[in-house]
Amino acid sequence: MKILVAVKRVVDHAVRVRVRPDRSGVETDNVRMSMNPFDKHAVEAAVALNEAGRADEIVIVSIGPKQANDVILTALAMGAHRGILIEAEGRLETLAVAKLLKAAADEERPDLVLLGKQAVDDDSNHVGQMLAGLLDWPQATFASGIKVVGNGLEVTREVEFGRTTIAIPLPAVVTADLRLNMPRNAGLPMVMRARQKPLTVRSIAEFGVDIAPRLEIERVSPPPEREGGRIVTGVSELAAAITAELSQLETL
Amino acid sequence: MAVLVLAEHDLGTLSASTARIVAAAAELGAVDVLVAGEGVDQVTIAAAAIAGVAHVRVAQSAELNGLSAEALTPLLEHLAPDYTHVIAAAASVGRDVIPRLAAKLDLMPVTDVIAILGPNRFERPIYAGNAIETVTSNQPRHLLTIRASAFRPAAQGNAALIEPVDASGVVAVARFVAAHRTEGDLPDLSTAQIVVGGGVSLGSAEKFALVEQLAGKLGAAVGATRAAVDAGYAPNDWQVGQTGKIIAPDLYIAVGISGALQHLAGIQGAKKIIAINSDPEAPLVKLADYALVGDLFEIVPALIAELERLGVKR
Ligand SMILES: Cc1cc2nc3c(=O)[nH]c(=O)nc-3n(C[C@H](O)[C@H](O)[C@H](O)COP(=O)(O)OP(=O)(O)OC[C@H]3O[C@@H](n4cnc5c(N)ncnc54)[C@H](O)[C@@H]3O)c2cc1C
Ligand SMILES: Nc1ncnc2c1ncn2[C@@H]1O[C@H](COP(=O)(O)O)[C@@H](O)[C@H]1O
Repeated sequence: MKILVAVKRVVDHAVRVRVRPDRSGVETDNVRMSMNPFDKHAVEAAVALNEAGRADEIVIVSIGPKQANDVILTALAMGAHRGILIEAEGRLETLAVAKLLKAAADEERPDLVLLGKQAVDDDSNHVGQMLAGLLDWPQATFASGIKVVGNGLEVTREVEFGRTTIAIPLPAVVTADLRLNMPRNAGLPMVMRARQKPLTVRSIAEFGVDIAPRLEIERVSPPPEREGGRIVTGVSELAAAITAELSQLETL
Repeated sequence: MAVLVLAEHDLGTLSASTARIVAAAAELGAVDVLVAGEGVDQVTIAAAAIAGVAHVRVAQSAELNGLSAEALTPLLEHLAPDYTHVIAAAASVGRDVIPRLAAKLDLMPVTDVIAILGPNRFERPIYAGNAIETVTSNQPRHLLTIRASAFRPAAQGNAALIEPVDASGVVAVARFVAAHRTEGDLPDLSTAQIVVGGGVSLGSAEKFALVEQLAGKLGAAVGATRAAVDAGYAPNDWQVGQTGKIIAPDLYIAVGISGALQHLAGIQGAKKIIAINSDPEAPLVKLADYALVGDLFEIVPALIAELERLGVKR
């Protein structure tokens, strides 16, 4: 089986971003960037399938600026075989990303495309589902377990009421949730070896995909501030505060 | 202008968020609700009772059980031309199907909407709620997912017209294998008025029951941090935060929770927050309306006893 994994370079999940004073977006200059956390789980799942003899080739694709090389190298260090960077400056909408990934999938013909469930910058949670739609493939989103069974997959999904397991045929699109696995930290020898692995840089223009934005972002605002409250001194004061809140509820 | 709302339901029960999605959708036009699946009579009746619903359109087919994206997408594609907006709750079914539908219709969806400013202007959070985007869409049709917790529910007592939709051509690709439901009769977490949340500091699934006891006393839903879920102390559908459920209760009581930004993303809409934590510097202690600093294993049992003594019962 051949697996394509899509990884995005995003503002590190531990950074608390600030909205720019002119409200044009969030401040991303001099901010730590890294691979979207969900995508690490997607890469780990692919590498584990390779180690289990279920997958023979893992291709990483990222769409973004030159620096997105870094996240591809991280994935190669984890055990993927080759990388593709589709160079793009500035913001792309998820539909444009999905169309570019569709074009890459048409070229690469993978049996499985793995993605993260959501990118922690735009928090969209779109691209996997869109790609599955464009390819007309089945999708299994929010995966916390993947098993190869016969010619297909059994995927456990995290849903509203708990978990559900579904069986889907290949080729398919699967998006990773955080409980799918424990992504490995690649050691230095793996990082060094990653630099020897093939990494192709492509331009968006080569794909002939319409990437014109459909939405206009009028402004980006900070969320409303919460007023810090007060420290209560004991259980009886806390209980009194709770009962006061409860009586307010009852009058609603 | 007419709006189609996709109803989410499970085990013959309409999702509690539907009345909130209908209320939000009513700001945009006349609301029809689509109920899809087999044996959905109770769901249909419940949907028809929501104030503001004009028609409930019912697509009966075993292929729609499980509400898979592959089965729902062609059905919605077929219905979409009748509507200016197609809307679902920002929950597992809506998040799964709306982007797939959007790609099929060559539209950009607007998801996780927390405010409707006009027919084509919406607010949505990004970066775990640390910024809010105001988005305008000039597309011919709008595909949205809406955060139920950001809207009040529509009233009950309607009797909307019920009409069937042809679902004979629908085919499910995914085959159902198994489901693991969290048992219990707790209130629905996403829409509960009171939520008690527990962190990894509870230390075990057995001790997490302390959080459940406090919740039981208050008639509250139970939430958990990702760390608590990952450790196996709480089921995954209790997770609150950026990647779990987004809640907006009138009262949130956080027990032994630090307040990581991914957790705070899930509770920004809470009206009042109470924190119980041994660390006075924990972010949640700093932002809570009331905080009690101390050991939760002493505080929570004493609090339950005190609420008992005060005769609190819900
Ligand atoms: C991409 C991504 C997505 C994430 N999504 C989510 C999400 O949706 N929801 C979520 O919750 N997290 C999420 N996380 C994880 C998040 O970053 C934190 O790790 C998590 O919320 C911490 O959980 P916690 O508060 O239980 O644990 P900790 O941060 O370890 O805090 C434990 C707290 O308990 C207190 N404590 C310890 N002992 C006691 C005691 N005896 N009495 C009283 N207080 C005590 C400590 O002072 C501390 O404040 C996500 C992380 C990533 C990277
Ligand atoms: N620019 C990108 N390059 C590569 N993969 C991406 C990109 N944007 C999104 N993805 C993939 O799509 C997933 C979901 O992203 P989103 O729909 O933006 O939340 C991510 O976890 C990635 O796997």
